[in-house]
Amino acid sequence: MPYPIDRKYTKEHEWISADGTIGITNYAQDSLGDIVFVELPKAGTEITTGKPFGTVESVKAVSDLNAPVSGTVIAVNEDLATSPEKVNKDAHGAWMVKIKVKDPAEMNALLSAADYEKFVSEEAAN
Amino acid sequence: MSVVEATIVRKTALNSVHRQMGAKMVDFNGWDMPVEYPASIGCGIVAEHMAVRTGVGIFDVSHMGDIRLAGREALAAVQHISMNDASRLAIGQAQYSALLYPQGTFVDDVIVHRLGEDEYLLVINAGTREKDFNWVRDSTRQFDCAAENLSDDFTQIAIQGPKGVNVLQKITDANLSAVKFYWATRGTLCGLHNVLMGRTGYTAEDGFEIYIPSDAEISARVWYEILEVGKEFGAVPCGLGARNTLRLEGKLPLYGHEISDTVNVWEAGLDRFCKMEKPDFIGRAALEKAKAEGVKKTLVGLEMVDRGIARDGYKILDEAGRETGYVTSGSPAPFLKKNIALAYVPPAQSAIGTTVTVEIRGQGVRAQVVPTPFYKRPKKS
Repeated sequence: MPYPIDRKYTKEHEWISADGTIGITNYAQDSLGDIVFVELPKAGTEITTGKPFGTVESVKAVSDLNAPVSGTVIAVNEDLATSPEKVNKDAHGAWMVKIKVKDPAEMNALLSAADYEKFVSEEAAN
Repeated sequence: MSVVEATIVRKTALNSVHRQMGAKMVDFNGWDMPVEYPASIGCGIVAEHMAVRTGVGIFDVSHMGDIRLAGREALAAVQHISMNDASRLAIGQAQYSALLYPQGTFVDDVIVHRLGEDEYLLVINAGTREKDFNWVRDSTRQFDCAAENLSDDFTQIAIQGPKGVNVLQKITDANLSAVKFYWATRGTLCGLHNVLMGRTGYTAEDGFEIYIPSDAEISARVWYEILEVGKEFGAVPCGLGARNTLRLEGKLPLYGHEISDTVNVWEAGLDRFCKMEKPDFIGRAALEKAKAEGVKKTLVGLEMVDRGIARDGYKILDEAGRETGYVTSGSPAPFLKKNIALAYVPPAQSAIGTTVTVEIRGQGVRAQVVPTPFYKRPKKS
């Protein structure tokens, strides 16, 4: 499936759009299976590139959410506390947190939609 | 530094079928097994779990093992190694039991089938196949009977759920309405003769487990035929993910979790399957002593009160934050729509209604001790 071009991606299957909204990709939700629990940080929390900032749980497993770039959380999608399945239904629409990006230049190190698509097709082949 | 041995992953005869169907595969105790099937065919752990609770689900459980004990003293041999009373079994009847160490702890849990006058079949766990067979063979040498490891001979398919009997009846000439729960029969199935079919399972639902030859072609043919005739009843293939959530709701123990070689029968709460009035069996003397001493830990059911999921191995704390126990199995329960767990706690924390704290990623999250089983299937009217 074509990945939206309005955002950047990480090899840990997170996406971040230009306005600092973060979520996980369709590939991630498909790999995880039914998502039953999402744990997100409060507004005001500082998140650091590559470090975990929350968790996504499927029936069987706990997965870390890793920060694509550093920043401060300014909004949290409270919907996911009661309806975590929204991530399965529409991973690219189900935003998790919105951050104020510390250093916009960090975004350049992330994958474009095309690069991410290539990356997951190689992952899927293994 | 530990040396990691390269393990050869074992496969059931249906392995390529699961892969063809797009199942997500996982290593379960050295076996390459399906954990769930794709959402695109209406599957996934939750859908598979619900199918078993409301209709029917089909599982490949060929990784389980089978040991046949046959001969003049087969019953005496079974009685010696198994804690339940096999002398109560009529031909065709089965019972849940366990093989114990002399300390009264678990070698494995087992279903004992009486197949004939002097013939028994022990159905054992995948991860303990070799250990169990060696144990059975070595522990029954003094009896006039032979122990055979038939584990590789069978493909075992579980057809589980209220509609399981309907599905199986479509492919066999055996009269299944005459087979009560925990009884077995033999019949022709998909053109195969004398197939053993037991009304047993690990899902806390009605259902059957069938034992067909482990030939890959035969196994695939039967598997696909079951799914085909099962369509009208909503049958879906089910993996180990749903198998675990189903058995957890029913408080069925899993070896290595609720039962192991460090837990005894009383702690695990399996008293009703342990017939101390039998003259003797391996573990009896230690259990007698342990009963007199009282348990130091006991298995309880927990339901999460605060937001969070207690999982295998998480610590249980008391009010002072001291570690007092541990979670043996924990997961969301898809049918009950709660987060549940089984845990060992000291007797002081075991009363129904007790609040305990589960440590989840460094945070204390509250849970409550609840009655078990969490789920009991509705009685057929």
